Amino acid sequence: MSQVLLFNVFNGLIVGAFYALMALGLSLILNLSGVINFAHGGFLALGAYLAYTLMPHIGFWGALLVAPILTAILGLIAERLLIRPLYGRDPLYSLLLTFGLAYVLEDVSRYIWGAQSLPFAIPSWLTTPLSSQFFFLTGYRIFMVLLVGLAVAGLFIILNKTRLGMRIRAGTLDLETVSVLGVNVRILRNLNFGLGIYLAGLAGVLAAGMLGLQPTIGTSLIMPSFVAIIVGGLGSLPGTLLGGLLIGVASGVTTVYFPSATEAVMYVMMGLVLLVRPRGLLGEEGRVQ
Amino acid sequence: MSSNVATNSPPVVGNPMGTGNRRGDIIATAVVWLLLLSMPYWMALIGGYTELAIRIVVMGLAAMSLNFLLGFTGVLSFGHAAYFGLGGYGVAMCIKYLVPSTPVAMLVGIATGTIAAMVIGALIVKLRGVYFAMVTIAFGQVFYFIAFRWNNVTGGDDGLSGWSRKALDLGFTTIDLPGNDKAYYYFALFVFALCVGAMALILRSPFGRTLIAIRENERRARFLGIPVDQHIWMSFVISCFFAAVAGCLYALLSNFIDPRALRWDQSGNFVIMAVLGGMRSFWGPLLGAAIFVALQDYVSSQTENWMSFIGVFFMLIVIFFPRGILGILKRSVTK
Amino acid sequence: MTTKVDLSPTRRRFIKAAAAGAALQMTGPFIISARGEQPVKIGMDDCLTGTYAAVGKNETIGAQLAVDQMNKKGGILGRPVELVIEDSTSGDAGTAVQKARKLIDRDGCEFLLGNVNSALTLAMADVAYEKKKIMVATGGHTDAVTGAKCHYNVFRICNTTQMEANAVAPALIKNAGKKWYFITPDYAFGHTLQSGLEKAGGKLGMQKVGGDLTPLGTTDFSSYLIKAQAAGPDVIVILVQGDDMINCLKQAVQFGLEKKVHLAGAQQELEPLMGLPPDARIGTWVFEWYWNQPNVPHVKEFNDAIKAKTGHMPTARTWFGFAAAHACALGANHAKSLDALKIAKALQNFKLPPEVALMPGVPYFRAGQNQLIPNQWVGHAIAKGPGGPEDLFHVDEVVKVGEAAGTLEESECKMQWPA
Repeated sequence: MSQVLLFNVFNGLIVGAFYALMALGLSLILNLSGVINFAHGGFLALGAYLAYTLMPHIGFWGALLVAPILTAILGLIAERLLIRPLYGRDPLYSLLLTFGLAYVLEDVSRYIWGAQSLPFAIPSWLTTPLSSQFFFLTGYRIFMVLLVGLAVAGLFIILNKTRLGMRIRAGTLDLETVSVLGVNVRILRNLNFGLGIYLAGLAGVLAAGMLGLQPTIGTSLIMPSFVAIIVGGLGSLPGTLLGGLLIGVASGVTTVYFPSATEAVMYVMMGLVLLVRPRGLLGEEGRVQ
Repeated sequence: MSSNVATNSPPVVGNPMGTGNRRGDIIATAVVWLLLLSMPYWMALIGGYTELAIRIVVMGLAAMSLNFLLGFTGVLSFGHAAYFGLGGYGVAMCIKYLVPSTPVAMLVGIATGTIAAMVIGALIVKLRGVYFAMVTIAFGQVFYFIAFRWNNVTGGDDGLSGWSRKALDLGFTTIDLPGNDKAYYYFALFVFALCVGAMALILRSPFGRTLIAIRENERRARFLGIPVDQHIWMSFVISCFFAAVAGCLYALLSNFIDPRALRWDQSGNFVIMAVLGGMRSFWGPLLGAAIFVALQDYVSSQTENWMSFIGVFFMLIVIFFPRGILGILKRSVTK
Repeated sequence: MTTKVDLSPTRRRFIKAAAAGAALQMTGPFIISARGEQPVKIGMDDCLTGTYAAVGKNETIGAQLAVDQMNKKGGILGRPVELVIEDSTSGDAGTAVQKARKLIDRDGCEFLLGNVNSALTLAMADVAYEKKKIMVATGGHTDAVTGAKCHYNVFRICNTTQMEANAVAPALIKNAGKKWYFITPDYAFGHTLQSGLEKAGGKLGMQKVGGDLTPLGTTDFSSYLIKAQAAGPDVIVILVQGDDMINCLKQAVQFGLEKKVHLAGAQQELEPLMGLPPDARIGTWVFEWYWNQPNVPHVKEFNDAIKAKTGHMPTARTWFGFAAAHACALGANHAKSLDALKIAKALQNFKLPPEVALMPGVPYFRAGQNQLIPNQWVGHAIAKGPGGPEDLFHVDEVVKVGEAAGTLEESECKMQWPA
């Protein structure tokens, strides 16, 4: 039994890393712009579908590179046209807008690519497990964890070493002052949104390797992302990462002892955190309005 | 969120429900009731049907109950479907396992939803804004999973079927609720009227005024010595009470209840209806529910791609008409 | 930046035009119904959006083909037939029930077809029973539809879970072994399928080494697969369906589990197999209908007709919709009436004609249960077969009509006929 438990903890970290990737994009957008992006799952699906369409032409690695960028461009357009008018209003409106956008993205995906699940195949050398005993450590999942690590590292570099990143960080704390200092806040928000959507598209391509590719592929992943952000703490990217990992491990462990509560456990965690420490595990003081 | 919601509207003086124009209010209320009372008759002429009318009334009540909290107290809950669904399950389980009587079942359903709201409200009342919204989702999902897992009692994912609303035995006459759709419509409308009347009374009372004060500026209300947390808890409980009533009517309408009635996307629909119609007005959510239900019903019959149309329509409303449909109408009246 | 709502003239005009357009649209159906000979309407309340959109759509395609065919042959009682399709969504029972009522009350449908989702099927069946209309359930498999909750006016085309379990259990024992670990979806369909398999397998010496109930919509099966493998079974019996099936099989094959244990199950369909990468198309399964039947008459015409419409081969779902719609016409024409009670009586032990049955045997609606008893196809999934890119199932055995059907008593249906 304990081996099963150990495996599930290990496995939970892998699954959690994936949740974290999706949640990081969501967190970026939420922190700077205050937008709760319910359409994040729709962009994830788009990233996956674009990769599927591109794969016969530029292969898996080409698709992995290009599809998230294309998705990010669509995100930039969406932000410019749809979300920008809503800044300055109650965050409720941007939440509702992304709700409507999610509907549209799901339907458009179904219209273009059909409701039938599409066979997304990743290079076979990537899917083989690394060892017979640790069969759940497939090359693909290790690759995914590495990619998440790269993305986190990349994000860290962008946020800490570039001017754009510095402005995003400053904007997260006080957007008004940043604007007064002469930074074009509109472009800042736009690029930040694009960055978040890039991560969604990347998560989509990775997800399609493990899951069936159909229009609702993103909708079941959006709730774990929110939970990860809440548990880890609003406003804290390391918190989001931690939150994702925690949910992954918690789900894995719950499967061993109480399998039917595997999904419920993350909501219980979220409820507990909100009641006991509302700012989240690594959240900053003063974020609770 | 409560402080931000205030910045989007001018301070409302006088009647919290209306335009500030007394005569306009009375006319509006009269028109609404006239339409509601005659709906089964004119519904068919425009391609509707009685069940659609009932659904509008039920969803309208749910949206109005949410708006009690959202539009008038300034607090967003994204988990109202939990209490809606609990009302429904209470009714279904009562008729199926306990007493096959519609009024008793409704009391059980309402009690279930309200008691849950009292307990949970007490736990979450210190949070605000997006945290409050998220924790309401969390609790909503917990109830969803309970309904889902407790197969033997709740029917699990297949829902609870094999029961139906029972006729009302009033002693001097029996109202055939199960067989006669119009009879059930008027029953639902009657319950709706009671609830709406109660809501209006509460909002006009000093308690109701205090809620609006909290919506406008919570900090100032606190400085004035108002026990804000208690008021929010009361508002939450009242709001969930009416949501549970709506849930009872909903289950009785379909003779069926399933866990999806408890899920966060159902909650989202209520929020959409409230915003669509106009959060700031009393009747707004009813209008929003009518548009949402009728539009979805109509568009999904015409095309498979109804989700795109509804999504685009909704985005247009949010961007161009954030005050909702009633917001537009009010503007053109007062202009 | 102000947020004042600007009611400029153009905006007002836009609103007025939209309102007028909507009003015009809404008067549409009212105008049409006033002219011409009244068609007999068959209402189909199925999943066109959401998780089950693919299979739901296929069911409606099959039904539409059937309606086109029957109109060429005189329709129902000499009147033309019209198929009215509504989207029940994949899980919202309130919508499904509302649409069922809309089809019957507003559109005047005499028959009701649907649904992929078992729960919605049950809810719709209650509506059909209340409104006294014939309902032919297409794809909801939970036993109760023609079991504990059966109604005299509700028929079903697709298998019950007990039938599937009976059909596939021997093959599982033979191909895979006796020690079974179950991965079961946590709803009535899954529960009854598992208990059916435990019963059927138990008679053949099956030994259950463990099992897990997974919530619908599970994306990550890795933790369940870890547990399964640790229990040391001969076969992991995968009972989850649709997208869950794709996720589970895809992940299991990525883990290389098929090299250590058998991966198999009961119900399988072409749609998930098409959604799997070729190396994951493995395992022993039972199909309720399969298109590749070279020696059976009429099947080729059906395949060609569907291929012409959709570019794909028909699936079991296509056939469910097809047979269900035809059953309505056959029943009505046979009873020479649209009265539900008369049609229901006419359909007792009714045998489907070959051009509707599309199988080697002669399927029939079992009297007292209203359940269609057909052939079943037991075999194993293949990456790609000789029949073409959509030949993904190799049939090992065609189960004879009735062989795996169980008895009427086992179904728990106690049919009540109105006076």
